[in-house]
Amino acid sequence: MMTEPTINEALIAAHGLKPDEYARILDIIGRAPSFTELGIFSAMWNEHCSYKSSKKWLRTLPTTGPQVICGPGENAGVVDIGDGQAVIFKMESHNHPSYIEPHQGAATGVGGILRDVFTMGARPIAAMNSLSFGLPSHPKTAHLVKGVVEGVGGYGNAFGVPTIGGEVRFHRSYNGNCLVNAFAAGLADADKIFYSVASGVGMPVVYLGAKTGRDGVGGATMASAEFDDTIEEKRPTVQVGDPFTEKRLLEACLELMASGAVISIQDMGAAGLTCSAVEMGDKGGLGIKLQLDDVPQRETHMTAYEMMLSESQERMLMVLKPEMEAEARAIFVKWDLDFAIVGETIPEDRFLILHGNEVKADLPLSKLASSAPEYDRPWVETPAAAPLGAVPAIGAIDGLRALIGSPNYAHKSWVYEQYDSQVMADTVVAPGLGAGVVRVHGTGKALAFTSDVTPRYVKANPFEGGKQAVAEAYRNLCAVGALPLATTDNLNFGNPEKPEIMGQLVGSLKGIGAACIALDMPIVSGNVSLYNETDGTAILPTPTIGAVGILTSLDDLISGQPQDGDLAVLIGTTLGHLGQSALLAEAFGIEQGDAPPVDLAAERRHGEFLRSHRKLIRAATDLSDGGLALAAFEMAEAAGLGVTLTAADIPALYGEDQARYLVVCTKNDAEALLNAAKSSNVPAEIAGRFGGSSVTFGTDAAPLAELSALYRSAFAKAVAG
Amino acid sequence: MKAAVITFPGSNCDRDLAVAFERAGAQVLRVWHKDTELPAGVDVVGIPGGFSFGDYLRCGAIAAQSPIGAAVKRHAARGGHVLGICNGFQVLTEMGLLPGALMRNAGLKFICKTVELQVATTDCAYTCGYAAGQVIKVPVAHHDGNYTADAETLAQLQAEDRVAFRYVANPNGAMGDIAGVLSANRRVLGMMPHPERVVDAATGGADGAALFAGLIGKMALA
Repeated sequence: MMTEPTINEALIAAHGLKPDEYARILDIIGRAPSFTELGIFSAMWNEHCSYKSSKKWLRTLPTTGPQVICGPGENAGVVDIGDGQAVIFKMESHNHPSYIEPHQGAATGVGGILRDVFTMGARPIAAMNSLSFGLPSHPKTAHLVKGVVEGVGGYGNAFGVPTIGGEVRFHRSYNGNCLVNAFAAGLADADKIFYSVASGVGMPVVYLGAKTGRDGVGGATMASAEFDDTIEEKRPTVQVGDPFTEKRLLEACLELMASGAVISIQDMGAAGLTCSAVEMGDKGGLGIKLQLDDVPQRETHMTAYEMMLSESQERMLMVLKPEMEAEARAIFVKWDLDFAIVGETIPEDRFLILHGNEVKADLPLSKLASSAPEYDRPWVETPAAAPLGAVPAIGAIDGLRALIGSPNYAHKSWVYEQYDSQVMADTVVAPGLGAGVVRVHGTGKALAFTSDVTPRYVKANPFEGGKQAVAEAYRNLCAVGALPLATTDNLNFGNPEKPEIMGQLVGSLKGIGAACIALDMPIVSGNVSLYNETDGTAILPTPTIGAVGILTSLDDLISGQPQDGDLAVLIGTTLGHLGQSALLAEAFGIEQGDAPPVDLAAERRHGEFLRSHRKLIRAATDLSDGGLALAAFEMAEAAGLGVTLTAADIPALYGEDQARYLVVCTKNDAEALLNAAKSSNVPAEIAGRFGGSSVTFGTDAAPLAELSALYRSAFAKAVAG
Repeated sequence: MKAAVITFPGSNCDRDLAVAFERAGAQVLRVWHKDTELPAGVDVVGIPGGFSFGDYLRCGAIAAQSPIGAAVKRHAARGGHVLGICNGFQVLTEMGLLPGALMRNAGLKFICKTVELQVATTDCAYTCGYAAGQVIKVPVAHHDGNYTADAETLAQLQAEDRVAFRYVANPNGAMGDIAGVLSANRRVLGMMPHPERVVDAATGGADGAALFAGLIGKMALA
């Protein structure tokens, strides 16, 4: 046996534990921990697993509603979609690993979120991702974009889940810290959901899936620290993904669950064996005994410490009905996967880890799970943004050129054509603009998915920015005709030990909560990623909102394109809010002024109006970044048509006032829609018409072909490096 | 009318292919890669898309050696129909049931998009439901779809009218814009695009439906 390192101040600090946290450990166990025990505490108490800085504020979020079957606390949220079916979804970050090793970091991010979904008994049916990179001119950006997109695609494509939406943004604040937020949703029968509550004493604890290696040891601790120039040394903490094993694990797990052999099941994600075992035991009020010699190992001479902290991918832990062992084992043999009984549930409150003839850890299990430190970190309210000063002059079409020539607003086919968006043959609306839609297999129902946030807004005004992220998601769902159902949040911020960063987190959570209540989209799952800083500089606050909506019939779908002669109807009030707008950021590098205010009652009224007048609407899109001008261009360009907007001034064209949609109608239907709007107290006006081969804003015009060429080449050009 | 759909570990279009066969009226039997025989009375064998055995070693290479592979070869030798789509096409070339190979896309990236295909021959059960020269829209989703063969093979395929589909705008660098090829007896078809994903207008098009309807219709007559 290898001698274990002596526990001293340096070793404690290297485990990310503060002196007072270590004192708490001594207090709980009444003695000094062993090396393995120190590792276990470090894994359970790091920010990534314990949410110790954010928990106080996460509790304030709305998480219930008649549609919610299971809110936060399990692997993913569960939402009722009628007919005895449920959609199960979550979004999770893999930011730090992706910056260190973009391909594997992103791939394992996708793998992790897929497991979160199928560990609950759901077959994944849709994936999305929200990616934030540094400036294209930064030396690392091209490499990161290429690696992350290949990693996301490589994993999802092989696994066989359609990637049907997402976002890609570039901003200098992500130069040293990219964000990779992966979303997955699955489908299950509402009465066949699997949870992580263990039950029964003496039940076998079974290890499933791939073998354990040394990859990812300490990964969750790494993800809870800031970066500096020693980052290259952290590469070995990044796990390696194998989508082939994950696909087999999916099929084997679903067969296993159908067999009735599973008491509880949990995927091994961050902090692997430790976290999954503690969670199942804790929820069931049981202890767990593990015999590590029985853990399937990929490498020789692994220590207890390494096995307990390994983040090797494609693994699950299950509590098994003992009488079903032979049947369960046969399923895993069929799929050529490991199936090993590695321990059992015990009546006493103990987490007992045996290796060889030695006790490597003997800890009070419930304390491990429940007594993680929780901080009420000091925070300061983000000061009100200074008013926007004078705006430089720009031509109406030049404004559009500045937007569509930037990788932020250019056509994103370079990205999404690397993702299989059609596998499973139920994709109704593929990636491109707005929400993605997949049919619920074998039914006439469909689910819509979107992910949204405008980090510039959140930085200027966390409360309004938080509201806006939810409101934009709501609009994207309404624009395809879907009823918004529920939300998952992926909260990416800097160092929470800085009161101004904590202020961003607190402010945006208040905004998100208010919007989720007003728009009836409770938060059912989520993830927090803090310490997104490099050398002391934080990212833009980026609370990504993933949202799911339902179409009870595909007849309700809005997915058309404008046709020659159709009218553009603008729903909502335009005041011309240019503060923090995309136009100012892209054309002049100006990020000033306040975020646009969000009127949640108007959001709801306008969204409901759109859905209830679906029959009059050929196509619809929400207005967000780039305002009316960009939305009209994107719609026209996708249809290969020109467009003429009567608006000529910059605030009307590029203002980012909220609660607005651009709707396409035939001439007759437009008239009916305007009348209906009037009686529903919804502002609506004719903004222009589609047709011809040029883009005309007021009196300024350019050929569609010229703009289209710029729009379709700018992304590839920006990331060509 | 019986269609067998084979599942290898890593197949991920097996359900989609089964649904497309069923929609066309076939009775579908699912077959596991470790099986050594096809079910009795199978008319057509479908080898689905996906990443059989993770695409490790070489796309389709390990699947071609699996126990069911020998049974598929016997079925083809008896004059049975075999349809391989995407990874299934790669498997058929690795089995030697079709000539040529599928190399990495010329652009080196995975590519998923709907492309236009020209129906290059209607002289087989798979394409008899289309008009000669008809252009159909079918999605591709692959990393290794660049059809490659020596000059002699290409000339022979051309001379024997064995190119089933050609790309209108070549997405992957395939020689001769070839998207699908037939065996000498015209009963084995391999193609990179996914007709099984476009059999229902609700999900982005129905241009693939005629392939399955034509095939099943021909079998029913036979």
